[in-house]
Amino acid sequence: MKIELFIPLLLAMTLAPLLPGIINRTKAVFAGRRGQPLLQTYFDLWKLLHKNAVYSRTTTWIFRAGPMLGLAGIIIALTLVPFASFPAIVAFPADFFFLACLLGLMRFVTVLAALDTGSSFEGMGASREIFFSALVEPALLVSLVTLARQAKNLSLSIIFPAVSGAHWLDAGPVLALVFIALMIVLLAENARIPVDDPNTHLELTMIHEVMVLDHGGPDFAFILYGSALKLWLFAALIVEMILPPLNSLWLNLIFSIGGMFLLALTVGVIESVMARLRLLLVPQLLVGAGALAAMAFLLGLR
Amino acid sequence: MIFTKLILVLLVLTNLKLLGSSRVGSSIRVVAAQGIALGLLPVLGHAHELSIRFGLLAAGTIAIKGIVFPWFLFRAVREAEVTREIEPYVGYVASLISGVAILAVSFWMCMRLPMPASLASSWLAPIAIFSIFAGLFLIISRKRALSQVLGFLVLENGVYTFGVGLAPQSSLLVEAGVLLDVFVAVFVMGITMFHINREFDHINTEQMSQLKD
Repeated sequence: MKIELFIPLLLAMTLAPLLPGIINRTKAVFAGRRGQPLLQTYFDLWKLLHKNAVYSRTTTWIFRAGPMLGLAGIIIALTLVPFASFPAIVAFPADFFFLACLLGLMRFVTVLAALDTGSSFEGMGASREIFFSALVEPALLVSLVTLARQAKNLSLSIIFPAVSGAHWLDAGPVLALVFIALMIVLLAENARIPVDDPNTHLELTMIHEVMVLDHGGPDFAFILYGSALKLWLFAALIVEMILPPLNSLWLNLIFSIGGMFLLALTVGVIESVMARLRLLLVPQLLVGAGALAAMAFLLGLR
Repeated sequence: MIFTKLILVLLVLTNLKLLGSSRVGSSIRVVAAQGIALGLLPVLGHAHELSIRFGLLAAGTIAIKGIVFPWFLFRAVREAEVTREIEPYVGYVASLISGVAILAVSFWMCMRLPMPASLASSWLAPIAIFSIFAGLFLIISRKRALSQVLGFLVLENGVYTFGVGLAPQSSLLVEAGVLLDVFVAVFVMGITMFHINREFDHINTEQMSQLKD
């Protein structure tokens, strides 16, 4: 195995905490504030890693295993995603199903850990998270299947370079629909604003944040880091779909990283100009994303 | 070619939006936008053989579907004093999912049907059929007479899309006749709606089945 295949993974693991920083800075600029430093997530992680975790007596080993398994799951998922001109470390036919499984596993352990605390708020958050993700997952899978159909291949490492080239000229509408669907999936999966507000401080309205309320210290650092990596993963899927592959390796890498930061900026703009949707309207948005993906799939068949 | 595709995608998106939308006002605007987009279809779809025929067809369609109908329907909403909610029999999310299912069925149908070779795009026939079915679905799944008129317009837009796809063969006279028919139909529906409302204080059709003479 070639050693440079690990460059994208290293990049993801070092640069991912920068994405939430960019989003927060964009939101601060929109609100006329100076905002927290761009590197705030790194500071938070450093601080949390030097603390001790506190465990409630009602919790079991499930609560302690949750954050670690979640982080492990997302790191394995990152090895499946190609980045810039590097193919993924692990690539095999239909690996996007495995990717969806790993994301599901990450969610599953987070939910189990939340339920393990016995807190009623966390159970409520867990139930919402599962409800929404049940609607998001079809949208993600149908989008990826559509891309696979367009590229006539089943492995992510081949799909993305094939799709982002000349395809935009003749299958533009299909890819544009997939892009919108994936964008909604990104916002929903990462608990961003139209679906969930990461800054909310009321347990009743939280979805993702409420599930991790009882985690502290290194456990919470794992969760923060895991969610930054998850944001990186979804951003990488979208950027890889849009950016055409260039001949120069380094130029490609620089453009891809720039694209990731631009996407984080876009998410920040979306969060600044939109209000959070009412909880009852969120399923409509998510089913809408699924409908767009299904429409792209059907249009792509002809 | 790419314009035809974009307009067809826009047609599907507006239909899905109508299926998932809960407001009368925004639904009327979406139907108006759909009418304008479809008005541009003959001009942009047959750009290489641009003639006065297509120009007239486009101008007439945009004027009637994009301006006259929305104005008329907004007037009906104002005069009949309907509330702004649509009140469906089938919920919005369920309607949206049915919409996608209808799209799949239309694509499946068009794979089995023999199609004339001269269609402007391979998407045209399935999307026209989808629009017809989506219109029918809107008519049967909404309680309000006004939403049913919108469903009728969507249905007609589907027929029109198919007609435009075959425009080189079909004559302008047929298209103009269809447009006139629809115009009269919406006009009559608007008046009926107004009268129903004056008699019964609402335009919910579900209670009409209890009428006796």
